[in-house]
Amino acid sequence: MSKQAHSRWSRSLILAAGAAALAAGAAAPAAAEAWQPSKAVTFVIPAGTGGGADQMARFIQGIVTKHNLMSQPIIVINKAGGAGAEGFLEIKGSKGDPHKIIITLSNLFTTPLATGTPFSWKDMTPVSMLALDQFVLWVNAESPYKTAKEYIDAVKAAPDRQFKMAGTGSKQEDQIITVALERVTGGKKFTYIPFSGGGAVAVQLVGNHVNSTVNNPIEAVAQWKAGKLRPLCIFDGKRSIYTNKVTATMAWSDIPTCKESGVGVEYQMLRGIFMPAGVTKEQVAFYVGLFQKLRETPDWKKFMEDGAFNQTFMSGDEYAKWVAAAEKTHYDLMKEAGFLAKP
Amino acid sequence: MEEIASLLGGFSVVLTPFNIGLMLVGILLGVIIGVLPGLGGANGVAILLPLTFTLAQQPGGTTSAIILLSCIYWGALFGGAITSILFNIPGEPWSVATTFDGHPMAKQGRADEALTAAFTSSFVGALVAVVVITFLAPVVARFALKFGPAELFAVQFLTFASFIGMGRGSPFKTLASMSLGFALAAVGLDSVTGQLRMTYGFTDLLKGFQFLVAVIGLFGIGEILLSMESGLAFSGAKAKLRLNAVLTTWAKLPRYWITSIRSCVIGCWMGITPGGATPASFMSYGLAKRMSKQGNTFGKGNIEGVVAPETAAHAAGTSALLPMITLGIPGSPTAAVLLGGLLIWGLKPGPLLFVEQKDFVWGLIASMYLGNVAGLVIVLTCVPLFAAILRIPFSIIAPTIMVICAIGAYTVNNAMFDVWLVVLFGVVGYVFNKLSYPLPPLVLALVLGDMAESSFRQAMLSSQGSLGIFWSNWLVGGIMGLGVILLFWPLIKRVLALVRRRAPAGAPS
Repeated sequence: MSKQAHSRWSRSLILAAGAAALAAGAAAPAAAEAWQPSKAVTFVIPAGTGGGADQMARFIQGIVTKHNLMSQPIIVINKAGGAGAEGFLEIKGSKGDPHKIIITLSNLFTTPLATGTPFSWKDMTPVSMLALDQFVLWVNAESPYKTAKEYIDAVKAAPDRQFKMAGTGSKQEDQIITVALERVTGGKKFTYIPFSGGGAVAVQLVGNHVNSTVNNPIEAVAQWKAGKLRPLCIFDGKRSIYTNKVTATMAWSDIPTCKESGVGVEYQMLRGIFMPAGVTKEQVAFYVGLFQKLRETPDWKKFMEDGAFNQTFMSGDEYAKWVAAAEKTHYDLMKEAGFLAKP
Repeated sequence: MEEIASLLGGFSVVLTPFNIGLMLVGILLGVIIGVLPGLGGANGVAILLPLTFTLAQQPGGTTSAIILLSCIYWGALFGGAITSILFNIPGEPWSVATTFDGHPMAKQGRADEALTAAFTSSFVGALVAVVVITFLAPVVARFALKFGPAELFAVQFLTFASFIGMGRGSPFKTLASMSLGFALAAVGLDSVTGQLRMTYGFTDLLKGFQFLVAVIGLFGIGEILLSMESGLAFSGAKAKLRLNAVLTTWAKLPRYWITSIRSCVIGCWMGITPGGATPASFMSYGLAKRMSKQGNTFGKGNIEGVVAPETAAHAAGTSALLPMITLGIPGSPTAAVLLGGLLIWGLKPGPLLFVEQKDFVWGLIASMYLGNVAGLVIVLTCVPLFAAILRIPFSIIAPTIMVICAIGAYTVNNAMFDVWLVVLFGVVGYVFNKLSYPLPPLVLALVLGDMAESSFRQAMLSSQGSLGIFWSNWLVGGIMGLGVILLFWPLIKRVLALVRRRAPAGAPS
């Protein structure tokens, strides 16, 4: 970052603060009643069309419309530039605007750390956690590895960088998990190959171009069902709660955790909602209520099961504390891997 | 023949008044989306996706929902050609190659001919692709799995190779233009290292230079600037309105059957692999130009130069749905959004979809046949109407185009910065034209530069730096070999000609 750029940032901050003061003044008389959006709400997706965050946001838009959960419409826009930085900077720059919300991926933490783009979750108001997205270690069904331990042992025994891991993006969640896995491979590294999306990653594994992936459940479930992929372990502290059979013999709950397979790695991705800074408590409360109602709908419950999501819900201080802890974890993992941006 | 029975079943699902109504609505919406530059098929489908949510929950509703969305896609594929031909503004990335000959035709007063050729070729391409999907789905799906990063790079290399060396002008100007394209493509996030490149701390540069924004400026605004200089009128305006244009053009088209077949093959192959519709249209145009007997009239209004890219783009756009249905991998950005739609409606695209959701899959395939027929009829009846747009006075239409360009640029990313970029690119397009630097190499480098770079580096990562990976099996080696031959073809041709001339001259002495 050059000095010039810094002054650009601070100037826009001052402007934004001014706007926030104005907005707060205008909002004060209305605060007596419960706050309602007075115009269309913009829902920013800091990722491209077709990905996991995009699917969830458009699904939310669909449910809100279908069940009439809000009097105003939701407009979904993708701002994917710079690994999502574009979207987060838009929210950072909209201080005090209660008609903008954003859905997060792990790039909330990884993008500022890896690229040095100046934003953090502290520039926004946490609204609520919707769910935690899981990660599963997958191999091709034709490969000989039946358990995570067998696979890791094979990595240990092979020459360095022999095993190829495909993942989405660079220095983001998939590569962070890969680096975490390298803690237990006895110094042997994976060759990590970044692709543009989860679908492309799954097909590289089905086509045997790589040895393993850490796809989200929803990205790989179709190939699992068809018997092309094999799940080895799930990167959660405990097993999934979904017991309906996905394949003929297995349910999500039958996938062992990585820890119980002797691979002590845990990682989950935040699917949460944030608002710009400088909004009132009533405004935040409105959105917390909206997402609570959303979670009660049968459509949402089915969506959660299809994607084997961890349905933890948080809001307020508890959520902010969780986010702060998650940021610390990402900082530590990325520092260890040498992924932090050079100042 | 099991497929035919299933297909007939599919037709019975689709042929309800409600579904046919949705189909027509979808096509019309799609044509509008295709005409507006910037609001591409992917965006259009994404915007309408939540609306289909309620529809999809009624019994049989998922089929209706996919019919609506896929018809928007067909409509957008058709519509992209209209502004390319009339105003030199590609409505969609894959219609860029259509402007090369389509717009010169319009300038000569043959807009109706160009439009008919474009729509008909699109239809032929799509039809061939649907037949491929109907009968070869499982075989073809397995073939798509063979494409790792090295194979994808080979395909992209082949696209470059088939397009380079075909310019008439100075090779150095071509090189300069292409290098600028590569440089612009490199701005933004580097997907392999996760680092920002050439953004210099500017937020607006984070997303890089979008292909569509550059193209709207270079071609659309650039063209308007040129028209303003040469007398504030469209050169195609004097053309007579010919109501029988469709029929007279149809009489000419069968002559180009070789180009048609070649373009269908390229299109289907690129759609499945997944190379995409845009590279397919460029590759098809490049090859048609090289192999045509009238190759030197390409770029001056040759109808074959409209047939080739349109056939390939539509074949690719359609066959891109095949990996989506069979493997759950999107073959194009629009397919990625449709895939999201399937997931939201509770379907799981993947190898089992053909077994578990028979009605849905065959309904979709049947709607591909019907949707394209309906689309063709709709757009062909409008040909005289579209062509008549050129007769509107320049003073009215030029500002309208400027506004449409600005809106288009804005919709790509919802960013005001892009509108200014379009103006800037318009000036660049004008200057390039004046100094006779070719624009197509720049555009090709911009659209393929990023993809080719990531495929190359993914391949290098996976081979740990050995270039041998590009010759490691028959598939990748074959494509690379073909690419190398095409790349050096002008040179090879010259050497061959030299040898041939030497031989008879040398004989008497």
